[in-house]
Amino acid sequence: MTKAAERTVRVASGQGFWGDWLEAPRRQVEGGPVDYLMLDYLAEVTMSILQKQKERDPNMGYARDFVGAMDSVMPAVAGRGVRVIANAGGVNPPACAAAIRQVAAKQGVSDKVRIGVVTGDDVLPRLDELIAGGHALANMETGDPLSTVRDRVLSANAYIGSVPIVEALSKGANVVITGRSTDTALTMAPLRHEFGWKADDWDKLAAGIIAGHIIECGAQCSGGNCLYEWQTIPDLANVGYPIVDAVSDGSFYITKHPGTGGRISVPSIKEQLVYEMGDPHAYITPDVVADFTSIRLEQAGDDRVRVFGIKGRPATDKLKVSIAYRAGFKAVGTLVYAWPDALAKAKLADRVLRDRLKNLGLTFDEMLTEFVGVSAAHGPLAGELPEYPEVQLRFGVRGPDKAAVERFTRELAPLVLNGPPSVTGFAGGRPKVEEIVAYWPALVDKTVVQTKVEVA
Amino acid sequence: MKVRLLDIAHARSGDKGDTANVGVIALRPEWYPLLATYLSRDAVHEHFRGVITGDVERFELPNLGALNFLLHGALGGGGTVSLKTDAQGKVFSTAMLRLSIEIPDEEARRLKVPGRPEFPAFTRSHKE
Repeated sequence: MTKAAERTVRVASGQGFWGDWLEAPRRQVEGGPVDYLMLDYLAEVTMSILQKQKERDPNMGYARDFVGAMDSVMPAVAGRGVRVIANAGGVNPPACAAAIRQVAAKQGVSDKVRIGVVTGDDVLPRLDELIAGGHALANMETGDPLSTVRDRVLSANAYIGSVPIVEALSKGANVVITGRSTDTALTMAPLRHEFGWKADDWDKLAAGIIAGHIIECGAQCSGGNCLYEWQTIPDLANVGYPIVDAVSDGSFYITKHPGTGGRISVPSIKEQLVYEMGDPHAYITPDVVADFTSIRLEQAGDDRVRVFGIKGRPATDKLKVSIAYRAGFKAVGTLVYAWPDALAKAKLADRVLRDRLKNLGLTFDEMLTEFVGVSAAHGPLAGELPEYPEVQLRFGVRGPDKAAVERFTRELAPLVLNGPPSVTGFAGGRPKVEEIVAYWPALVDKTVVQTKVEVA
Repeated sequence: MKVRLLDIAHARSGDKGDTANVGVIALRPEWYPLLATYLSRDAVHEHFRGVITGDVERFELPNLGALNFLLHGALGGGGTVSLKTDAQGKVFSTAMLRLSIEIPDEEARRLKVPGRPEFPAFTRSHKE
C-alpha cells in the first residue's frame, strides 16, 4: 500500500487556551475536511477560577466559551460527523454537558448528539483522606508537604490521560467533555481510538502525545508568535490553526486549511516543540514518557511538515496533581512619564513612592519596580539609552495583608500632582487588588484516581 | 570572533512555575554544532546573572538543531504570584539572543557565519 492510499485521521486544533480566538473552532470545521476538533481550555490556574465560580453557583465551573464554540460548530457535528474533544468541563463537566445539550436542543439536533462526560480527576473532596493515607502531595518545586497550605486549598485535580476519552469515543460519543485532562491527551486519544493503538504501543502513544504538544497552543505552531522570519509570515489576520493529519504507524503531518494565513514550516514546528520544554528525554504524561530527542521533521509541501521517528517509554506509576491555593494579595499600577528626561522622572517617582509607603509603615513580601519601554522585558540585559521619548513606571506590591495592598493603590494617583512633572496615563483609575491563587504541583499514585465515563 | 546568537539562532521561551525555559534553535542545520560547542551552561548562567536567582540546566536536541535551557528562579515566583510584566517568561527567548559567543575565526569563515564585514548580509530562507 502506498502512503497516499493509507487511511489518515485529521485532528484540528480550535483553541489553545481559554481566551483564544473565538473564530477558530468554526473556521476549523468549515475550512476543509477534519475528523476531530480538539479544544484546550485549561491552564494551570484556570481550575481554581472555575472552582470559585462553582462555589457561587453550582451550575457553573466550566469554560463558558465552549458553549459559544459548540453553537458555531454544531452543524458540522450533527450533520457531517465531526467529533469534538474538549477539556472545557473544568471542575463541573456534568454542568458543561447540560449546557451543550441545550445548544443541541436549540438547533434541533438533540438526537444527533451523544455527549461523553469524563469525571474523577477532581480530588478536592478526598484531600484529607489522601493526606491521612500517607500521600504527602509534596510541592514538586519546593518539596514542602501540602499540609502547610491545606487550609487555603481551593481546587485539586489530577491530570488524567487518554484512557477515559478513548472509552467515551468507543461508546459512541461525538462530543467528549473532560475536566483536567492533559492538553496532549485531547489529541492522542482520537488517534489511539481510530488506529487501535494498545496501551504498550509506547512509540505510537508518544507520537500522539507529541502531535498533541504541537497543536495544543493553537496557531503558535502555524505562524503565531513565530520569531523565525516573522516579517514574511503571510496574512496573520486570516491565520490558519493547525491540523494533525495522522497515519496508523505513528507518523503524522502538521498542516492547515488551504487559503488561510500563517505558515507551517520546519522552523515554526521547532519553535512550538521547544515551548515549555523541560528535560527533552522525558516528557512525562499519564500514558507514556515521550522522547523529544527522537523527533524527526521534514518539509513535505507548502504549509505541511512531516513528523516521524518518535520514541516512547512506559509511563510512570504517578499522576501529576494540580492544586490551587490562596496566597495573599497583589496590585500593580502604572504612570507614564514624557520627554525630556522621562526615565529620570520615572526613577524619581519610584523613590518618592517607596519613601511614602515606608513612612506609612506598610510592609509587603515583595515590591517590584519596572520601567516599561526600558527594562520590563529584558531587565539589565537591555542596557540604557541616553534618551527615551516616554517611560511607563510600573509598580507592584504583593503581601498577605489585604488592607496594606489596598492602601498602596491610593498612593499612585497623588503622584500626578505631588510628584515629578510631565506625567500622564492615570485615566484607568486606581489599581485593582487581586487575590493571588497560586499553583501547587504534586504527584500522587495512579491507583488512587478512578475516572468515570458516562455517554448519553 | 564574537557572534551574536540573534544572527545564528531563533528561540522560543515559556514557563513552568518559577522556571523559564528557553529553546535556542540554529537558523541553519550546519550551525547547530556552534551552539552545541560554544553555548555552554556557564555562558548562559553568566548572561542571566542578576536576572535569575537559581541555577541553569542545559539539554541538547541535535535532532532539532536546538538546545533547551531551564532558568530556575526566573519569574519572580511565577504564574499568578509574580509581579513581573513577563510573569510567564515569554520574552526570555529574545533576551537569550542578546548573548554573544566566541567562535574561532576559521570555523566561522568555513560555516559562513554572518557578522563579519567580508561576508555579505545573510538572507534567511524558511525552506531548510
